[in-house]
Amino acid sequence: MRAPTSLLPLRLENVRFEAGGRRIIDGISLEIGHGGRTVILGPNGAGKSVLLRLCHGLLAPSAGRVTWNLQQPSNGRHRQAMVFQRPVMLRRSALANVAYGLKLAGIGAREDHARASKALAAVGLEHLAGRSARVLSGGEQQRVALARAWALEPEVLFLDEPTANLDPAATREVEAAIAAIGDAGTKIIMVTHDLGEAKRLADEIIFIHEGRVLERAGAERFFSAPTSREAAVFINGELL
Amino acid sequence: MNAIRRLLICSVLLAACGAGMPSAAQEEFIVVASTTSTQNSGLFGYMLPKFTAKTGIQVRVVAQGTGQALATGRRGDADVVFVHDELAEAKFIKGGFGVGRKDVMYNDFVLIGPKGDPAQVAGGKDIVAALKKVHAVKAPFVSRGDKSGTNAAELRLWKVAGIDPVTGRGAWYRETGSGMGPSLNTASAMDAYIFSDRGTWLNFKNRGDLTVLVEGDGRLFNQYGVMLVNPAKHPHVKRDLGQAFIDWLVSDEGQKTIASYKVGGEPLFFPNANGG
Amino acid sequence: MGTIGPAVSQAAVMIAGLDPQLVRIVALSLGVSLSAVLIATLVGMPIGASIAVARFPGRQATIVLLNALLGLPAVGVGLLVYLLLSRAGPLGEFGILFTPAAMVVAQAILVAPIIAAFSRQAVEDAWREYREQLDSLGAGPFQAALTLLWDCRFSLLTTVLAGFGRAVAEVGTVMIVGGNIDGVTRVMTTAIALETSKGDLPLALGLGIILMGLVLALNATAHAVTEFAKRHYG
Repeated sequence: MRAPTSLLPLRLENVRFEAGGRRIIDGISLEIGHGGRTVILGPNGAGKSVLLRLCHGLLAPSAGRVTWNLQQPSNGRHRQAMVFQRPVMLRRSALANVAYGLKLAGIGAREDHARASKALAAVGLEHLAGRSARVLSGGEQQRVALARAWALEPEVLFLDEPTANLDPAATREVEAAIAAIGDAGTKIIMVTHDLGEAKRLADEIIFIHEGRVLERAGAERFFSAPTSREAAVFINGELL
Repeated sequence: MNAIRRLLICSVLLAACGAGMPSAAQEEFIVVASTTSTQNSGLFGYMLPKFTAKTGIQVRVVAQGTGQALATGRRGDADVVFVHDELAEAKFIKGGFGVGRKDVMYNDFVLIGPKGDPAQVAGGKDIVAALKKVHAVKAPFVSRGDKSGTNAAELRLWKVAGIDPVTGRGAWYRETGSGMGPSLNTASAMDAYIFSDRGTWLNFKNRGDLTVLVEGDGRLFNQYGVMLVNPAKHPHVKRDLGQAFIDWLVSDEGQKTIASYKVGGEPLFFPNANGG
Repeated sequence: MGTIGPAVSQAAVMIAGLDPQLVRIVALSLGVSLSAVLIATLVGMPIGASIAVARFPGRQATIVLLNALLGLPAVGVGLLVYLLLSRAGPLGEFGILFTPAAMVVAQAILVAPIIAAFSRQAVEDAWREYREQLDSLGAGPFQAALTLLWDCRFSLLTTVLAGFGRAVAEVGTVMIVGGNIDGVTRVMTTAIALETSKGDLPLALGLGIILMGLVLALNATAHAVTEFAKRHYG
């Protein structure tokens, strides 16, 4: 018998999350497997970011279970990574920011440097490697964050509205980097409320509203023929 | 994180340097608990280099009030005690804390007060009569109130005068609870009378309107004694080095050195180790 | 006032002449206080950072206690260290009372709470910003604390300076545990106290001016370094 070697699929079983007496996630069951880019779409306040954090393990569910196909090593979650809406840059060089993640993952110091440089190059920032990360532009910082996540060679990469604070030019570069990471074999699970971004990046859409999954479909089908009323309204650009 | 490691190493090295500082002077030393009056008078600054030059023994003086200096000796934190309160010294010896007490020198106390002299004591020789006058007009009087040798001598004289300024004190009698110098500063600021040893007074610069009003009474005699902290009680006491210092103080050379120390042409201390 | 003018010229003469006694006193002041601050930093910062990052029962009470220790009375600390280091005390056998080492110990005790309390505050503020990212990267509490300390290094420099300021300006503890021994434990503040007690107010004030100048120069340097670094590192 062969031991399973893949983290995926990720399973959520009747997951609920409550905070301050409010139910933010209201009984979600999901299975997310290999392949393609999954976008969690929904209006503001739908619970998307909380759902992502529950998947990544930053939050523990109030009820229900989040499980991976492969038992996680207890000392970290190195086979998954996350990029946040606001990139958190450590007060050191861009390269050192990328290397920092590798160091925590316990990758040898000599390998760190090569891998970090490669990751920076992959997001097109090798020329800024020595620059202090905190003085870079927002788009550049987000790409450093992507490189930091990518350098870990994660099986799954979570992204929480990674372009929400960026101008169109920076958005284009960050989206290109996300696409490249996905193409290289990493499972992309991304949250956005931006329809355009969802159309550009998604292979699959999970549409959530008020803490529940209302619809899950291939991107093309979702945008051309949504089955739920709420999704239709949202796609039309109307307020939900 | 490398930077943190580097920082840590630097810190440890620096701390080690810091800790190494005291050993800069490799010579042998003793700790002498003494009084502010001997220190502030400048006697130690004049006398100790001569002793160190001759013997190679460095003398580290901790200047405190006599009461505190004896306490330091009692705890074993000094090798030698050099103070001026014969009664307290006798108690110290009797308690087994010190051995081999020797008279070294004396100086005298003086009554200091404002030139205006509201109590009309200037020029008198009778210190007790003068204190009575100060009390009679309730002229401001500053006392150290710190159980020092000077303070003890002052209180004995009030007792002779039949006055209890401490319990019966009014606004006129102020206890500063500090050393001779700070008390003189206080007296100078409020034009008060004050009882001081002559040495500190002669070296004191912030005199303001103060001057010596009463001196020369036999009861103003101020005897200094030196003794070794009892090595039987505190085995770490540097018996030989401490004894060498004591022997030097009472030797001809030490006594001559004390006699030759003058401020403004005036001798401050009068050696009397040999019954002088 | 008749004292200020002479004090300024006194200070000028001492500095210009590099009076050897003055140099020794200044060097000892700096040596003792810098060593004390170093030790206090090595002890206080990890404690402050741990309290910032860790969650444990009694944490709020610990923070209150730590902040209260900021007001630690110097003379009380001096007396405590004196009793500990005295020959009659539990650590008497080391015989370091009335040595610079005793002064370092006393000042370190005085300063460590300052550094711990201020670094707790700084690290906790940063922790709010960094927490999810560090969690996501799998940093344990210890690694997180170290990372945050390093990332707060510029604001922590101010903390260290505050500690140094208290240490170098403090007179009560070093007088008690050092004994103000000429050439051995006499530092700026005890020298000022001594000259004041001799009534030599211009000399005392002159020393005070030099002490202020030193602290000012150190702060200015640190400020310049920090500003430069902030511009560089963001």
